[in-house]
Amino acid sequence: MASYGTSDFKKGLKVQIENEPYLMVDLEFMKPGKGQAVYRVRLKSLTTGRVVDKNYRSGDSLEVADVEEKTMQFLYKDATDFHFMDGESFEQFQVSADAVGDASKWLKDEMECDVVMWNGSPITVTPPAHVEMKVTYTEPGAKGNSTGNVQKPATVETGAELMVPIFINNNDVVRVDTRTGEYVERVSKG
Amino acid sequence: MEVDTPLLADGVVVEAHIDPIPCEVRVGAGAAVKRRLLTSPEGPMKRLLAQGSGPIYQFAHAFRDGEMGRRHAVEFTMLEWYRPGLDHIELMSEVEALVQELIPETGGARFDRVTYRELFREFASIDPFETSVGAIGERCAALGVDVPQGFGDGTVDDALDLILVSHIEPTLAAERPLFVHGYPPSQAALAQVRVPTDEQPATADRFELYLRGVELANGYHELIDADEQRHRFEEANRARVASGRAALPIDDALLDALRDGFPPCAGVALGFDRLLMLALGLDRIGDV
Repeated sequence: MASYGTSDFKKGLKVQIENEPYLMVDLEFMKPGKGQAVYRVRLKSLTTGRVVDKNYRSGDSLEVADVEEKTMQFLYKDATDFHFMDGESFEQFQVSADAVGDASKWLKDEMECDVVMWNGSPITVTPPAHVEMKVTYTEPGAKGNSTGNVQKPATVETGAELMVPIFINNNDVVRVDTRTGEYVERVSKG
Repeated sequence: MEVDTPLLADGVVVEAHIDPIPCEVRVGAGAAVKRRLLTSPEGPMKRLLAQGSGPIYQFAHAFRDGEMGRRHAVEFTMLEWYRPGLDHIELMSEVEALVQELIPETGGARFDRVTYRELFREFASIDPFETSVGAIGERCAALGVDVPQGFGDGTVDDALDLILVSHIEPTLAAERPLFVHGYPPSQAALAQVRVPTDEQPATADRFELYLRGVELANGYHELIDADEQRHRFEEANRARVASGRAALPIDDALLDALRDGFPPCAGVALGFDRLLMLALGLDRIGDV
């Protein structure tokens, strides 16, 4: 198995510890004047997003993780899994609900997503940062209450719920930031 | 007196964890020979002291292979000076006066002085003179410090260094400037070692200054025993070989100087780039 020595360490490396892939997000070289150097690395799990700090010394090494990022199109969801197609090879992949995680809220047919593959299997799915969603249900806004930042709940075509301004009506199309799950703007009126 | 000594040499001050930068040099028509860019000007300056230079100082470029990070650079500037007749305790006061002059907000009160033993007891609940690699490993777990691969096979000093850089130095960032002195004899380097008493184990007459958690200066009441110094260099070379590094040629001219005319004195090396970094309120040595 290929490995990185401490002199290869840098931000952005993808490594594997105890059968878990990590991204090296930070690296600090620490050394007492007369003492032994310590490399403190901050690793982010590519499956759970959890961050851990680990220490390494000269001569230590980390296993290389076989990780690649692909752009894939969302095809459909069946009872348990989500199905995607690699935009280049047209190969189809079945992705578990666990790996899709919160992205499932925003998946629409043919949506292009970033998929991280580890040892040839998809482990995370990230939808585009901004997506357009049609509002399927929201209570009409009360008259005279249209100023300020008053918001109300709305359900969109994928079933996701979010807070929208009071002036949004059924069948309006809104832009949503998938990273925060927040309303950005109205795209068109229904 | 300001002096200027060679940066390139054959023999060096051998340290287990500091690497000079190796170079190949052609001398005349012969084949290339190996030389090294020095990790500090200590050897050449001590030869001047042995020849009766009196107190000397220099701003020297120093080179340490592989050291690059937020607080480290492979080439940096060291302010190094020697004071015949002083010991390391008296030299601490001189370092303090200089730092207070250059960074006025450190003025007003004397810097705290603690022993290495007190430092580890206070900040890590460890007695560094009565501990083991295993016991330090347990403290690391309690302090949330990740223990590296092969930790158990390392030395007590390596384990103490891990606690120092990962736990104590970050804690010191919020403290007043602090002198640490009275190091374990195994970390004496080029300092005299004090004989043990009933109350106190043997300690090295070495000090370090920490300013906002940054190690800023390292000083010694200088060892004047050439045989003991040779023995320590040989020990350091054994430690280098054990950890997979190459042994280094010993600076014999330095040992000759210790045998012939070297005065009792104290000396200190202050990281000048780090001093500027702190004086300017910067966070990275690369920004200086």
